[in-house]
Amino acid sequence: MTDFPILTLLVLVPAVGALVVALVSNRQPDLVKVTALLTSILTGGMALWTLFAFEKSEAGFQFVSQHSWIESWGISWHLGVDGISLFLVVLTGILFPLVIAGVDPHHDHKRYLAWMLLLEAGVMGSFVSLDLFLFFVFFEIVLVPMYFLIGGWGYDQRIYAATKFFLFTMVGSAFMLVGIIATALIAKADDGAVTFDLVKIAENAEFAASTGRWLFFAFAIAFAVKVPLFPLHTWLPDAHTQAPTGGSVILAGVLLKLGTYGLLRFGVYLFPEAAVWARPVFLTLATIGVLWGAVAATMQTDLKRLVAYSSVAHLGFIVLGTFALTSQAITGGVMQNINHGISTGALFLLVGMIYERRHTREIAKLKGLQKVAPVFAAAFMIVMLSSIGVPGLNGFVGEFLVLIGSFGTARWWVVIAAVGVILAALYLLWAYQRVFHGEPDDDNRSFAELKWKEGMLLLPFIAIIVFAGVYPKAMLDRIEPSVDKLLEHVQEHSSWVAPEAQSNEGGEG
Amino acid sequence: MGVLVADTLVGPKVDWFALSPLLVLLGGAMVLLVVASLTPPWPKRLYATFTAAVAFAAFVLCFPLWHRIDVDGPSTLVGNAMHFDQMALWVTITISVAVFLGSLLTDDYLRREGIDGPEIYALFLLAAIGGIVMGSANDLVVLFLGLEILSIALYVLAASHRKRLQSQESGLKYFVLGGFSSAIFLYGIALVYGGTGSTNFDRMLDALAANVPAQKGDDAILLAGVALLLVGLAFKVAAVPFHFWTPDVYEGAPTPVTAFMASAAKAAAFAAMLRVLLQALPNFADDYRPVVWALAVITVIGGSVMAVVQTNVKRMLAFSSISHAGFMLVGVEAASHLGTDNDGRSSTLLYTLIYAVLVMGTFGVVTAVGRTGDNATDLAGFRGLGRTRPVLAFAMTVLLLAQAGVPLTSGFVAKFGVIRAAVVEHSYAVAIIAMVASVIAAFLYLRIMISMWIADPEAGDDQREPVRTPAYLTVAIALSVAFTLVVGFFPDWLVALAP
Repeated sequence: MTDFPILTLLVLVPAVGALVVALVSNRQPDLVKVTALLTSILTGGMALWTLFAFEKSEAGFQFVSQHSWIESWGISWHLGVDGISLFLVVLTGILFPLVIAGVDPHHDHKRYLAWMLLLEAGVMGSFVSLDLFLFFVFFEIVLVPMYFLIGGWGYDQRIYAATKFFLFTMVGSAFMLVGIIATALIAKADDGAVTFDLVKIAENAEFAASTGRWLFFAFAIAFAVKVPLFPLHTWLPDAHTQAPTGGSVILAGVLLKLGTYGLLRFGVYLFPEAAVWARPVFLTLATIGVLWGAVAATMQTDLKRLVAYSSVAHLGFIVLGTFALTSQAITGGVMQNINHGISTGALFLLVGMIYERRHTREIAKLKGLQKVAPVFAAAFMIVMLSSIGVPGLNGFVGEFLVLIGSFGTARWWVVIAAVGVILAALYLLWAYQRVFHGEPDDDNRSFAELKWKEGMLLLPFIAIIVFAGVYPKAMLDRIEPSVDKLLEHVQEHSSWVAPEAQSNEGGEG
Repeated sequence: MGVLVADTLVGPKVDWFALSPLLVLLGGAMVLLVVASLTPPWPKRLYATFTAAVAFAAFVLCFPLWHRIDVDGPSTLVGNAMHFDQMALWVTITISVAVFLGSLLTDDYLRREGIDGPEIYALFLLAAIGGIVMGSANDLVVLFLGLEILSIALYVLAASHRKRLQSQESGLKYFVLGGFSSAIFLYGIALVYGGTGSTNFDRMLDALAANVPAQKGDDAILLAGVALLLVGLAFKVAAVPFHFWTPDVYEGAPTPVTAFMASAAKAAAFAAMLRVLLQALPNFADDYRPVVWALAVITVIGGSVMAVVQTNVKRMLAFSSISHAGFMLVGVEAASHLGTDNDGRSSTLLYTLIYAVLVMGTFGVVTAVGRTGDNATDLAGFRGLGRTRPVLAFAMTVLLLAQAGVPLTSGFVAKFGVIRAAVVEHSYAVAIIAMVASVIAAFLYLRIMISMWIADPEAGDDQREPVRTPAYLTVAIALSVAFTLVVGFFPDWLVALAP
């Protein structure tokens, strides 16, 4: 089982699919769609297979495959998943076929689908890479398809938004590339040969405190842009709002997770001492992000932009959990990655459906939709409640774990950030009230009810929302061992002592 | 004064086989000049095919020679005047490839523009000889000879579109400024000769070792010479602030010639810079390293910033080539940390080869899009290319992404190499500045891509002459794209090879 290069296939299948789609003649639009859909379903199937074959008690990396790639520079094709990345891989595998099947780009299907599949390959690669160079390659390559998706199929301001997205992320990457090279070369002194292997560097190298902090900074800036952390978040509302629906779903669902995942995997794991040292900065920025995102979301007049700002708030919460550095908070943060991907992805789909019907996203122009489309409203309500974090739905579990886990180590930050949770209820419920309640006026009276196809598209999202809310143990059992191992690594390599993390855990399981 | 003993005058021993790539190129140029002038015009494509074949022969000859150096080690040729090492062969390979692709680009261009004759091809081959001599020189005078052979050929090439005024302007401008810089370079040679008593690298080193001038405080003349040499070379590589000729010359010259200048001439100039700085003047490394550092920084920033405000793609690519020169200077800076085992030199040479192929392909697309008259090279000329010629637009996209340094393209490998070399030497500042500048430059490549794929069509777009891609041009672009991707995915063999 472990010999089967499942992760390599997870990366290669969509990449090859993209190539095939690009080569199919324009005169066969159906063949293009079927190829793309089958490719993404196959990838999703493999991702699910990984989930079921995953050994849940095992904390280390699984399904590891390693081949030399650029030997002269000590770079290898090294892939593996652990509990932290497992569900991100699964999320990616699930979201792409849904988006490809359910969202119509309206024009140039072939190019759109080719970029989508290439994007999937890039995202998959980023989540399973265990080599710094390889990770950078995927991290950067993701920009290109996303750029073309926003630029080619987005709304009015798409060129501005796409360019801003590309350049912002690239500035962060510029620092990270130098950081990656420096990390590998400085780690060499202890080890003899230069390697870009994440695990080898993290386990063997001891960086001097000041060196480690600089290197951590170089990585962190790239991820802070990607997350995005306040004040580097300004690209996000533009990119999200201008992207086509499919692009927004992917952007919110998985692309932002590259940032939070990166902070954990390449920040905390690689430079524990520096991460502990930089805690106050990140906790503060995350807390500001939570409040800022919430306040900004409250004030939006565009429904899509509102959802985009809510992402800033949610992601801030995840970063808060990450840097609280307790088992519960990090586990909650990892889970919240998935929750946010599902619920915000679904929200973007719903907003996209509203736009398809009304050709506007202005909250002021929408009214009383609940009367004319009750099922649609119900779906929106469930997804929205999940995003708010109502108990019984998935959002609650992650948020609660972050709150409770952070209380011991980051008390005042989390107390302030908790206000954001209340604000989330405020802006989302208020938006719901304005859009769905009341008597529909003439423009909104013809608003069509949820179609079968749309319902089928939303069903998996709602199923996951409910399942993860009712039975989070399935996820937590797989995430926790890896998180604990990471935390042990942090305690071993820094002065950090995670308070009572171990004792709390018994009561919770 | 002594007795002239004529019968003991022996010419230096010449290793003809080691010189064979040069001889092949020279023979090809002679055939084109002599035979072609005595015969009626050759059939369509034969001039280009012949030139490409000559370049290919020179390219192939490098491999047995490479093997010979692997076995026997490097040596010098023609009475210690030229190096016979893998760096010289690397330059030969780079320039041969540039001539090969350049002649493929030129073929249809000449017919389209109504310019005939083999002289352009002959000049390509002669320029190649000059470039190779520059990259192999072990003597400042030999290096200067190579520089002049290359430059004079390029002056004529730049002006070779006789019907286009900008081309004349380009040639003249390049000639005046180039002549000026050659004079400065020559003055530098004279001063260094005054300080060391020789122009031969080895004897210069001996002289400096026997008589360390810095300790006596009388190295002013040498330092002035080093500075002038550096200025002359910085002009050739188009480093800021010696870049002013570049945009006008690149824009005015026939597009295939521009491609040749950006690839072969840049490669030769960087090889010469490495030779002079590392092999002739290592004693002054501590003096010129900060200068190279500053040149690198202002060149990457200057090139990138000035590129983004342009609207003509040829001008954009001219400034982008300046920015690339800045990246190569980052490699040179790393290489000038002597004594440590860093990859500065090999990463710079790797960059020149990768960039040479890349820029050939890019200008190949520009050649096609320029249409008859070579004038439609502003951004509007690219508008809608993704709709009308998706494959060509895709090729251009790959090449532009590579220039921007996106992973899985050769451009990333090149950038990674020089940045890595800089980091090895703890030159973090220059590495970060260069990477951030490359983000600025990325904006320019995005603009071209937006024009091709995203921009809305405008009235009159349909009336434009369609973009034609004849066979040879297609082959050249395809080869360039293939190399870009293959090296992007599997860089190891090339990285390991770079001397």
